[in-house]
Amino acid sequence: MQFFGGSEISPSPPVPTGSIGNNAHMMYVFNRNGICLLYREWNRPLKTLNAQQDYKLMFGLLFSLKSLTAKMDPTSVEKGNLGVPQLPGQGCSFHSFRTNTYKLSFMETPSGIKIILVTNPRIGDLRESLKHIYNLYVEYVVKNPLYSPGTPIKYDLFNTMLDQYIKGLG
Amino acid sequence: MAAIFSLYIINKSGGLIFYKDCGSTGRMDTNDSLRLASLWHSMHAISQQLSPVNGCTGIDLLQADTFDLHCFQSLTGTKFFVVCKPGTQHMEALLKHIYELYTDYVLKNPFYEIEMPIRCELFDINLSQAVQRESVILLGR
Repeated sequence: MQFFGGSEISPSPPVPTGSIGNNAHMMYVFNRNGICLLYREWNRPLKTLNAQQDYKLMFGLLFSLKSLTAKMDPTSVEKGNLGVPQLPGQGCSFHSFRTNTYKLSFMETPSGIKIILVTNPRIGDLRESLKHIYNLYVEYVVKNPLYSPGTPIKYDLFNTMLDQYIKGLG
Repeated sequence: MAAIFSLYIINKSGGLIFYKDCGSTGRMDTNDSLRLASLWHSMHAISQQLSPVNGCTGIDLLQADTFDLHCFQSLTGTKFFVVCKPGTQHMEALLKHIYELYTDYVLKNPFYEIEMPIRCELFDINLSQAVQRESVILLGR
């Protein structure tokens, strides 16, 4: 994985093609302990659960899908047992799934930060965009001396940059 | 052989009723395939809960690092899913075709008990033909 190529943000992040208008529904950032560091919502008409339950369900889904893909991996000989927790980068992971109403793109960094972006289902590959969002996180959150790791992210500058980038998607 | 690794059919309560391996690496025993199938059933259900808009019917396509998983759910809740090489085309058509085979050779078999594991020779034969590369390409036309 090439997350540490350099600290500067690439000048022109790849923008996937899609239909016009705002394509993003919501975004989550989890740390490796499953704590939701950031939740942003742009367009979410349907809410079935309260916020805490929603984060838990999302984290649980990702965790279980990861153990499913690690076990199902048809290219590796030694897959281990189903359900045994794996370190970030270990085993076969996944980068997106699609339903008829949304597409969820997922990235996990070597430090266990999980970035989840939920968009409309017609959008293209978002792996590069997630890397760009990770770069924003490094620049505006991790490098902020006032930020203590593992606490919710509440920085206007980061949110503004994020919103700007998300608005440009698709 | 086509770029298909395995095929699963699960009944509406998440029990594995059919599993076919077409050349994936590494052994997976019966217990593992049963557990994977029921895990997929629950993940499919949770994904509907997390939808930001109404009318979600669950995961159609899961893109992992080394494979794609295409899932088709019939109106009765039976789920068919196929594990294939990343980027394999015409998988929706193949799943629909497998569903047709299922209705023809399994459901119309008078000795088949519904929701129970599938043991039908004709289904096996036709399925093996369907997953050949050439027939998958034909389905895409």
